[in-house]
Amino acid sequence: MARGSGGTVEAVETELSREQLHEIYYWLQLTREVEQVLTHLYRQNKVIGGLYRSLGQEAGAVGTAFALRRRSDGTGDVISPAIRDLGAMLMMGADAADVMKQYMAKGDGPTGGRETNVHFSDYRKGYVGLISHLGVMVEVMTGVAMSFRLRKEDRVAVVYSGDGMTSTGAFHEGLNLAAVKKLPLICVVENNMYAYSTPISRQTAAESFVAKADGYGIRGERVDGNDVIAVYEATKRAVEHARDGGGPTLLELMTYRMKGHAEHDGQKYVPAGEIEEWEARDPVVRYERWLLEGDHATEAELEAVRDRVAGEVDRAREAAEASPMPEPAAGIDDVYAGDTGWTPWTRRAPHDPHEA
Amino acid sequence: MSAKSAKGAKSAKSAKSAKKGGVVSADGPVEAEAAGGAKPDHVRQTERGEPVTVLEAIREALWEELERDPDVFILGEDIGVYGGAFKVTDGFVGHFGEDRVMDTPISEAGFTGAAAGAAHMGLRPVVEMQFMDFVSCAYEPLTNYIATSRWRKAGPLPMVIRGPVGGGVRGGPFHSQNPEMAFFHTPGLKIVYPCTARDAKGLLKAAIRDDDPVLYFEHKKMYRAPFLREVLPAEDYVVPLGEARLHREGSDLTIVTYGMMVHESQKAADTLVEEGIEVEILDLRTLMPLDEEAILESVRKTNRLLVVHEDTRTGGIAGEIAMRVSEKAFEWLDAPMLRVTALDTPVPYSPPLEDYFLPNVEDILVAARYLAGY
Repeated sequence: MARGSGGTVEAVETELSREQLHEIYYWLQLTREVEQVLTHLYRQNKVIGGLYRSLGQEAGAVGTAFALRRRSDGTGDVISPAIRDLGAMLMMGADAADVMKQYMAKGDGPTGGRETNVHFSDYRKGYVGLISHLGVMVEVMTGVAMSFRLRKEDRVAVVYSGDGMTSTGAFHEGLNLAAVKKLPLICVVENNMYAYSTPISRQTAAESFVAKADGYGIRGERVDGNDVIAVYEATKRAVEHARDGGGPTLLELMTYRMKGHAEHDGQKYVPAGEIEEWEARDPVVRYERWLLEGDHATEAELEAVRDRVAGEVDRAREAAEASPMPEPAAGIDDVYAGDTGWTPWTRRAPHDPHEA
Repeated sequence: MSAKSAKGAKSAKSAKSAKKGGVVSADGPVEAEAAGGAKPDHVRQTERGEPVTVLEAIREALWEELERDPDVFILGEDIGVYGGAFKVTDGFVGHFGEDRVMDTPISEAGFTGAAAGAAHMGLRPVVEMQFMDFVSCAYEPLTNYIATSRWRKAGPLPMVIRGPVGGGVRGGPFHSQNPEMAFFHTPGLKIVYPCTARDAKGLLKAAIRDDDPVLYFEHKKMYRAPFLREVLPAEDYVVPLGEARLHREGSDLTIVTYGMMVHESQKAADTLVEEGIEVEILDLRTLMPLDEEAILESVRKTNRLLVVHEDTRTGGIAGEIAMRVSEKAFEWLDAPMLRVTALDTPVPYSPPLEDYFLPNVEDILVAARYLAGY
């Protein structure tokens, strides 16, 4: 697979079958197209709040998730995606229409309009939705890995982190706990150079994020995050290490966030020429070229994948747009088990404070 | 609601069906998960019909729940071989093994967040805070992640965070706090604060079996207090969350309180009875859910309300209780609602300072006499 800038293509050995290589292409394409549709919906003011895209770093989510045991019966590996890991979530079984409903705050999406964007979970399919407080998911996924240990299951937990998340106390407490207990946790640090507007030089004084693995006494590996096959192979090694009882791996993916933090962000803080430089290393374009030049796919086969994706994404958008907004009082229950909610006396008739 | 029948903690219902059908056998563990060690003598007191302290009641509850349900496990600092700072889990690790009685690095946020992850996968973790003062380090996972999980459709989080609280032991500002109200304001968390051995055991079992996250507060002054030793039922029992306990019946005024202040209020009541004042004492036992019905019922009977808590004044539960009574029983009141609380400062270390900081029997007497004569 191509290394460095996108010009030359080198053949690398991979045991993946032709069919599997095409599947990877499908997931990359699906991720990109779902986000493209979300961008249209955002510009039509149909997305409520922010839109967080993974343009230019899709290979990280897809390459890592492809190395996992993906099942829908609660026996597979479990991931916690960060905000730019839509691809991994889709691969674990999240429905593209559900993702769009979430972004549009619809009433019949996975959280019924209570939570935002990719903040939703399915434990049988194997993904745990993040919350906005960065770092806590490292702690939570350490606990997921802990449950595998207690139940003697050979499953692996994967937590995705951006470069910014590594600065939190929670990241440290979670990863240190996993390291001490030698739990089957993979911490994927997607180094896309920016946390919102803050460049990595202002995030850490360390030479790299993978260097921190030594501090925790765990395995570390750094890989070209825009090379989907390299990401897959590196994740596979981390998964084997975890399943064999070797403990956590910190996997640093070198990539780049082509868009701003969210759609509103004009990226004025990015030095001139930087985005163009990384455009040449676009992971989807690189992969297409590698498939074609290595005779792993024909142009017609890739075209068929793109057509399939286009159809699926269209149907997802139609379903999401047709979905209703939630009823106003639909958010009051389920704070506790069996809880049916509380309505203020000013919204009940007759108006009587004794009855609130 | 138990206020009608609960005198002497009679509302403690006997065992609901245990999850795995495994009521504890007197012969030892029923699950094969054990690491092999024998059940130590100091968790056999109830089996032998001997009285137990509050600490021993808590220890028995933990032991029996670990035996009953293989999904239950404990994690925290120094709880394994050392047996915990207060020796609550003394002798556990040899029997249940290091995976179920898990020592952790010093990382309250880390292991509280990890407990949530384990609970997502169907386990029932019990987190020990070495001192509840340190639960503030886990405020982030507790309030943002754990409390909201069920509501945001990310699934229930059956887990317990327990540990020692309270002043009067010269622990200084960071080993004496009553941090319950920092969590009372967060929808999704339950808060339990027992004051008898019987309730301590029954409420902890109920908390572990509950499908919501529960913060469970143990006043360290009660842990080994001889006057709280009692013989507990031999059978498996739980005390339901959300039910106050009528500690003392009276007709002249109601004291709503919890924790150590139940016992201080009892002392005041013993003095007041000689003055012809009959005080009713309602022990909340659970702050969230709050047993509003029990409070209203007692206030409608005595028409006077004093709230007493060891927690500091501003933002304490007295304010919430007074507002509920104002909304729903204002017409029944014959006097202003008053409160006796700690001062609005950190907890001081030196004995004269701490004694001045804490609410005491004399404060309760003054307030009760004022109300009775109003």
